[in-house]
Amino acid sequence: MKDPGKSSGMHFHRRAFLQGSGAVAAATAISGGAAEAASRASRLVRSKTQITLHVNGSDHQVAVEPRDTLLDVLRYQLDLTAAKPVSSDGSSGASTVLVDGKPMTASTLLAIACRGKKIETCESVSSHHPDRICRTFVKHDSLQCGFCTPGFVVAVRAFLKRHPDATREQIRQGLNGNLCRCGTYADMIEAVVDLVKGGGNG
Amino acid sequence: MKSFEYAEPRTEEEAVEFLQDAGTTAVVLAGGTDLMGLLKKMVVTPDRVVNIMEVDSLKEIRLLPDGSLAIGSAVTLDELLADPHLADYGGILDAVHGINSMQLQSQGTLGGEVLRRPQCWYFRRDGELLDGRRVIEGDNRYHAILGNQGPAKFVSASRIAPCLIALGAQARLRCAEGERWCDVADLFQIPRRADQQENTLAPGELVTHFVLPPAGALQSATYEVRHGAGPDMPLAAAAAVLEFSGQRVKEAQVVMGQVAPIPWRADAAAEVLVGHRVDERLAAEAGRVAVAQATPLSHNEYKVQLAQTAVRRAVLRAAGLETGGF
Repeated sequence: MKDPGKSSGMHFHRRAFLQGSGAVAAATAISGGAAEAASRASRLVRSKTQITLHVNGSDHQVAVEPRDTLLDVLRYQLDLTAAKPVSSDGSSGASTVLVDGKPMTASTLLAIACRGKKIETCESVSSHHPDRICRTFVKHDSLQCGFCTPGFVVAVRAFLKRHPDATREQIRQGLNGNLCRCGTYADMIEAVVDLVKGGGNG
Repeated sequence: MKSFEYAEPRTEEEAVEFLQDAGTTAVVLAGGTDLMGLLKKMVVTPDRVVNIMEVDSLKEIRLLPDGSLAIGSAVTLDELLADPHLADYGGILDAVHGINSMQLQSQGTLGGEVLRRPQCWYFRRDGELLDGRRVIEGDNRYHAILGNQGPAKFVSASRIAPCLIALGAQARLRCAEGERWCDVADLFQIPRRADQQENTLAPGELVTHFVLPPAGALQSATYEVRHGAGPDMPLAAAAAVLEFSGQRVKEAQVVMGQVAPIPWRADAAAEVLVGHRVDERLAAEAGRVAVAQATPLSHNEYKVQLAQTAVRRAVLRAAGLETGGF
């Protein structure tokens, strides 16, 4: 039996890697100088600092420690309490927000790492005019205690953007990142079936 | 969470500088889906967190002149799924699809997944990786059935690494002194002493890229045995990479996941396949051989059967013979 790891030739990979590599160009472009040192210093944050977060269409100035999570800043500084602290590792999906359009758990993001990114919370979809997703959740009675609901609503929004004509099975798979301890999954899936084109048949 | 400094490098060079400042313990932050939980539980307590997500070269997927594929360690899982270059690496896509949570896929990265810390609940409780006695006497239902004779009883957490290893993929690493390359298999070790962990990275070292050999005629698959449809870790898994000569297997690699403290090569199982046509009987034989040396703990004998099944189904799937569901 031949071992492809050995036979493929590591030296060949290394040479091939360097050809046209942006990594090398970037690495060799680094030079010293006061400007470079100053710019490097700005990329090392040692203590509490003022940052701008772009949330739900507007800029917010907040003072954060490096260790502050996006979830804590949303809830306790910006009073946006839809995203919920349930699991410390994001496994519940209750803190789901959109970051540059992608579903992510705010509990596992550092606020300071979200500078320059577009953050959308459940409030953005439902504060004044409940959107179609929220109305459909109500129509299908897709919540019990409601604690997981904002995370689900944001997840559904991200899911529909990618899979506007999903099948029932795709919906089940797609919402795997969110947990509901009441077990209201069946009604939530009915709501999403109602929302997709083709009634969940693809 | 312990207080820490935050660094946001723009280049690989800057990243390793931030990682290797004298007297500072630093950890790499990529997607955060693993590290953030460990920071909150103070299982990991660094002085500095270095976020590599703003380094452009770590976010590239690049076909190299020799046909191999370089993937930056900060490429996210959903970017892997969307990239046409990955279409020929079925076993990688199987593994990424298995991590079936939109949030984990859009946030999690390839490097973070491969270097994910063990899921062992004793480790996650207090950071103790090598208290084998506690595992033997405690609840070891998800622990190792192979390579578990030393103090390490946890299972390697990565779901993509078995296929990377079966493919013969390599890793490019950077430190302040320069770069180094190694087989992805050599990123992993079974720790025996308190100063070792499950990966072989030196302090301050950064994995920048994974390089997959040209897919060419390689047929790959990953099969995970999962508890249900949810996002929990699989109970057992296997990756198979096959190269055929006509109807017969010319070369084979089989690597199991979730069974040992490292991705576990099943070379004897691969040997069974070489020179033969793949069918149910041959795949089942490979499965039996793969777990022949298993030494299950008090509560995980069931994993022997699951690992055997994972190997059988990965082999069949790599050969293009679908096996149905659970």
